[in-house]
Amino acid sequence: MIRAKVLSAAQAEGPVLALDEPLSFWGAFEPRTGVILDVHHPQRGACVAGTILLMHESRGSGSAPGAIAEAIRLGTAPAAIILAVPDVNLAIGAEVAATLYGRRCAVLVVSASELAELRRSSHVRVTLEGVVTAYSAA
Amino acid sequence: MLDSGERAILAGDSGKAMQLAMGLVVKAAGIMAAPHLIPIGFAHIDACFYTGQAHVDFVRFLLANGARLSVPTWTNNGVVSLADPSLRPQADDPEFVSGARLVMELYAQLGCKPTWTCAPYQLAGGPKFGDHIAVGESNAVAYYNSALGARSNKYGDYLDVACALTGKVPFAGLHTDAGRRAQLHFACEGLPDAWRGEGIFAHLLGHHIGRISGQRIPVITGLPASTTKDAMKAISSAAAASGGVELWHGVGVTPEAPDLAAVFQAGERHEVTKDCLMRAHAELSTARDGPLDAVALGTPHFSFTEFADLVALLGGRRVKAGMKVFVSTSRGVRDIIRAKGWLKELETAGIEIPVDVCTYYSPKVRGLKGRVMTNAAKWAYYAPGMLGVEVAFGSLRECVESAVRGEVWRDPALWLRQ
Repeated sequence: MIRAKVLSAAQAEGPVLALDEPLSFWGAFEPRTGVILDVHHPQRGACVAGTILLMHESRGSGSAPGAIAEAIRLGTAPAAIILAVPDVNLAIGAEVAATLYGRRCAVLVVSASELAELRRSSHVRVTLEGVVTAYSAA
Repeated sequence: MLDSGERAILAGDSGKAMQLAMGLVVKAAGIMAAPHLIPIGFAHIDACFYTGQAHVDFVRFLLANGARLSVPTWTNNGVVSLADPSLRPQADDPEFVSGARLVMELYAQLGCKPTWTCAPYQLAGGPKFGDHIAVGESNAVAYYNSALGARSNKYGDYLDVACALTGKVPFAGLHTDAGRRAQLHFACEGLPDAWRGEGIFAHLLGHHIGRISGQRIPVITGLPASTTKDAMKAISSAAAASGGVELWHGVGVTPEAPDLAAVFQAGERHEVTKDCLMRAHAELSTARDGPLDAVALGTPHFSFTEFADLVALLGGRRVKAGMKVFVSTSRGVRDIIRAKGWLKELETAGIEIPVDVCTYYSPKVRGLKGRVMTNAAKWAYYAPGMLGVEVAFGSLRECVESAVRGEVWRDPALWLRQ
């Protein structure tokens, strides 16, 4: 069990999608489908919808909040994003979507070693308070 | 950490829109570890640049729930031009174009000054040295911090608007004295004076320092005392694109750096050589020289003085028949060049002057194909990915001569070619 810092709170569970490189949610990601588009990204073609998305950090873009809010609106966003570096843009996008649409995507921060530990899990569950636990899908 | 007024807004005393805005600013303050909020006097927002329905829903929510701007708030360019209907081919993507138009109209309704420009610092009446401000557009953040000595972090979508509504920002990062010190040093003194005065030098230098600095704060020595505002725009936009530079200091040029010791103690030092600039040029030029399909100038928006240079270089000639030449600028600057008679002269020469938009992201320009020439490092950096074109990077003189000749022309007198 890991206790994460909560940037935007939500209860979530799902399969882990661990990214090997930072992702920019604007330009490198298509909110209409939830698919990673960036041809240079190792996880190109992966769909983030409903996943517990693990990445060390986000690649900065001032348009990222709009893109993540749009994905949350359309139901193509991850169920939770767990980072090792705090990210204002993703937290703001998730908060705006929660207000506008009543839909949430958890944005959490853990240490780099905790993130490495989570990468070994197939499924992860997070609580509103930021408690992160691995589980196996029955 | 919050004062009573801020707490009351957060509790909903000023309505749901202001509550959301204050909630976002306080959320950001927590993540940035700011001890408190501070007042700002100006904002330039990027949330008017449509990326999807959520953008429309956000500003509609604000309008429906009593939002009021606390400070003068100017707007970045949009995805479409409100001024020029011909730049809006609605049929191409009806949902996208109408959404883009609507979000701009709604921000004007909210009370924003409809400047629609990525170079707001070219217009009168903006912030001044030492002012705390909230800015979203990357090149404008870098220019205001560096050339003007105003203070802003880079505020992404929604947070930029939240700061403008509340009139507050988290006291952190570039708003603090400690957060504005340079972290690495680029020395240009070794280069010949004549090179450092060229327009193309600023673009190449900006690209180079951005690549190495990433998100750190660089200080540059050896810039000529005559460094123009246009050169500072070039350095700011190029370094923000290739790196993520939000502030740079130029010793003897920018207001916070009368000398090196004022902003930098000791640390990483990079000598800027001809090789560095040649490499920057090679990175920005994806196309081989040859027949040209278009020329794109004005990223960030072309200034009055850049138009003066363009008119002089053109010398009354027309661009080659069939050649597309775009020079994007703001309504404000276009009004000034219209009054000078230059707008008519340039249009007669076969040049289009779009306003309100950005030439690597307007629907019309997305029809561009083939080999395109530009003098702007930022355009050269983004256009291959955004538009799928090949870029020939060059000086303004090279762009103008190439537009007239219809093929890429290289200036034999330019130091880079020798």
